[in-house]
Amino acid sequence: MINVLFFASLREQLGSEKLELSSDGITDVQSLLSALTKLHPNYNNAFNQSILVAVNQEMSTREQTLKPGDEVAFFPPVTGG
Amino acid sequence: MTNDNIVIKVQQQDFDLGAEMNKLHQNNVDDGATATFCGRVRNNNLEQDVIGLYLEHYPQMTEKQLLQIAQQAKSKWHLGRVCIIHRIGMLNVGEQIVFVGVTSKHRQSAFMACEFIMDFLKVKATFWKKEVHANGQKLWLDAKQSDQNKANSW
Repeated sequence: MINVLFFASLREQLGSEKLELSSDGITDVQSLLSALTKLHPNYNNAFNQSILVAVNQEMSTREQTLKPGDEVAFFPPVTGG
Repeated sequence: MTNDNIVIKVQQQDFDLGAEMNKLHQNNVDDGATATFCGRVRNNNLEQDVIGLYLEHYPQMTEKQLLQIAQQAKSKWHLGRVCIIHRIGMLNVGEQIVFVGVTSKHRQSAFMACEFIMDFLKVKATFWKKEVHANGQKLWLDAKQSDQNKANSW
């Protein structure tokens, strides 16, 4: 399984803060995104280029390879402080 | 989280500026300088009347990032203690959001490290602000290019 998390405006837009997805056929972040949008067509427009990704709590890219058990988080650019 | 004279706290509750200063100073006579920054919720942004801020974060990742930023500051300057506190949840106008405190032997390192930590916290730490306006509207804030430029300048 891959554990997927969403934060802030993306979380609200998708109406979901986390979900688990079978890791079958998921090799990298990009293929995870394809699987997510196939499952939830309404997710299609949400993942624009400004959305950032962290894999196992480290900032990452859409080319990052994934393995079962990974935690993948998607979120907009940060605005703390 | 406490590590090598670094204190990182992400919490809902308020913090006491005087108490945090005292902790930086307690049993610390090696350092003569303390620089601090405190950020608070202001009542206006982009010509809107603001009545509050909601702060969301990515638990665990945020703490790790703040620790990394503090460690980077310690590797760049000779620092004694570093404390970073950031609040989450619903905050009203005037409430404290963030505290950064740094000690060093002399003022220059403390001033610079304090600014460095805030600049990187702004662009790296996984916090998101949602503004609550006086007219009832709620708005997730956009990241600012000026913050990125400031971090890039280091």
